[in-house]
Amino acid sequence: MEGGWHMPDSAVRDASTSAAPAAIEGFPAEQVLGFLREMLVYRRFEQKAEEAYAIGKIGGFCHLHTGQEGVALGFVGPLRPDDYALSAYREHTLALAKGISARAAMAELYGRVGGCSGGKGGSMHLFSAKHNFMGGWGIVGGQIPLATGLGWAARYRGEDRVCVCFLGDAAVNQGSFHESLNMAAIWKLPVIYVVENNGYGMGTAFNRVTTTPMVEKSRAHGIPAHYVDGQDVLAVWRLMEDLLDRVRKGAGPQFVDAETYRFKGHSMSDPVSGTYRSKEEVESRVREDDPIAHVRDLLIQSGHLTRESLERMDEEVRELVEDAADFADRSPLPPEDSLHEFVYSDMDVHGRLFFDGRGG
Amino acid sequence: MDGGAEMAVMTYRDALNEALAEEMERDDSVFLMGEEVAEYDGAYKVSRGLLDRFGDARVVDTPISELGFAGLGVGAAMAGLRPVIEFMTFNFAFLALDQVINNAAKTHYMTNGQLHVPIVFRGPNGSALQLAAQHSQACETYYVHAPGVKLVNPATPADAKGLLKAAIRDDDPVVVMESELLYNARGDVPEGEHVVPLGVADVKAEGTDVTIISHGQMVHVALQAARTLEKEDISAEVLDLRSLRPLDMEAILGSVHKTNRAVYVEECWPFTGIGAQIVALIQDEGFDDLDAPVQRITQADVPMPYARNLEKQSKPDAARVVDACRKVLYRN
Repeated sequence: MEGGWHMPDSAVRDASTSAAPAAIEGFPAEQVLGFLREMLVYRRFEQKAEEAYAIGKIGGFCHLHTGQEGVALGFVGPLRPDDYALSAYREHTLALAKGISARAAMAELYGRVGGCSGGKGGSMHLFSAKHNFMGGWGIVGGQIPLATGLGWAARYRGEDRVCVCFLGDAAVNQGSFHESLNMAAIWKLPVIYVVENNGYGMGTAFNRVTTTPMVEKSRAHGIPAHYVDGQDVLAVWRLMEDLLDRVRKGAGPQFVDAETYRFKGHSMSDPVSGTYRSKEEVESRVREDDPIAHVRDLLIQSGHLTRESLERMDEEVRELVEDAADFADRSPLPPEDSLHEFVYSDMDVHGRLFFDGRGG
Repeated sequence: MDGGAEMAVMTYRDALNEALAEEMERDDSVFLMGEEVAEYDGAYKVSRGLLDRFGDARVVDTPISELGFAGLGVGAAMAGLRPVIEFMTFNFAFLALDQVINNAAKTHYMTNGQLHVPIVFRGPNGSALQLAAQHSQACETYYVHAPGVKLVNPATPADAKGLLKAAIRDDDPVVVMESELLYNARGDVPEGEHVVPLGVADVKAEGTDVTIISHGQMVHVALQAARTLEKEDISAEVLDLRSLRPLDMEAILGSVHKTNRAVYVEECWPFTGIGAQIVALIQDEGFDDLDAPVQRITQADVPMPYARNLEKQSKPDAARVVDACRKVLYRN
């Protein structure tokens, strides 16, 4: 159930003898190898988080992105460093994709001072202003107006930055979604709204809570809609490059239905399968629809990957993730005297800000 | 602090307008957004003339989407702009409360100081006249409850101008509650640079026998009560908090130390109202100065009724404040 990315022996034998073409579906082979490695980092990072959660090193809610790596890489990879990205609470790998180090992300999951939010945010609130990764938000749909505002700021200042806003399928039933898309359309804001459509809002199948298809959700607001198979990172990357180009040139907001699948439970406290989806369904999607296996197979078939090179790559990735976990382990807990720090920008003000008898 | 400044007599509404215009002139990152703020000149005309002066990129009419444009403002503030978000009234701002509490107030903390949210949420608040249950209520408690939020509620045109300017310059989310019944109130306002720092209370009338503490339009009820008490030879001090968070505890305790008696007047409901907090603080930190239990005068514990007589009955008035003062002075 870890995802079907393991190397099948049969594939290796067939691949290593043929001459390798320079490009795979229009992408340089080196770039596709890079995609595989990056998505392996995401997969291994989440596996490590799962292990750490099981032994109590990570607390609270923890929502894994396993199975949705193609969406993370394909939509975030083509961004410029000054472009904004933000999501709800299933955002670990999106943060990695935007440039937050595995160390800083893992330490945040551990609630340590070396975390990207200093240990005050946790799994659901990863931030890095430096990388323009703007969260990490815990209320379904609550981040959509924020993304709209980031796009507003870019337009207000005459910048050609773009904001990509991730949301889950269930969030399109929130008022915040429709209010935001309407405003983004009125003011032609440079925002790309990406629905990571994994088919379930927690345990409720999307088709039980709507009567219209996902790609129609932006139609009432006059925002162009696009569909993409989120398990095909090459297709996602191509679409995103095209959308970024259009939006930077002033095309206004875009809406994407990225079909994907969550290989794990809604959160760590939710079984992988159960009352709302069958074991068979999950097993078949994991077997047939793994974004990492998809790229791996392309690389094998084109002669750019062997069992040995994949194992070397995976070994490096495992080391990187182990290093992140070691860093998180070694990073201290936030100092107790930082409890009230950063509630307000300036604590040295007239009057009293805190009423617990403890704050400054 | 503005000694020698030229004064102009103007309404509370125009003082707010002047603050907005001056801050927009001073700082390009300030913009005003809300329902009817631009072409209509503001539902209460606070933004009159600003569209012509600053253009539609900075004075922005929105759809009726309180949650949406409040959140848009928070996002813009995260990017470093200084949005002023107008709620047509705070009655409508409940729809946006998630964005104010969960997003605006917590972001600086959750990001460990990486992001600031320098935003102002402003609009009329408090009881109005015969607007009934959903358009006539005081909303302070919902906001000041949350760490990360600052809140001011001016009682005079001068304070309206000075506090709004301070709020716009502040790096944190500030809720500026304008008292709906005060928009036409007139008073002296210093011209040009006039900034009233957050967290500084103001003695609106000096006295020695009892302290009446209040904020916003209830300050005028307190002043009216003080004038009545004067005829009974009772000297009441009226302390206008101006800012609820940060709160000027020094001013509260200093006045209670002088008078030994306190009455709180507010338009919020009594249960967990502002007065409940003030009473607790005075008890914790000024108990030895008290000669009588602190009294609270609040809105009646009912939704605002429409009928004129019931509405009047439900609201704090000077007579009830006078009674409370007599009670803490054991004169009834």
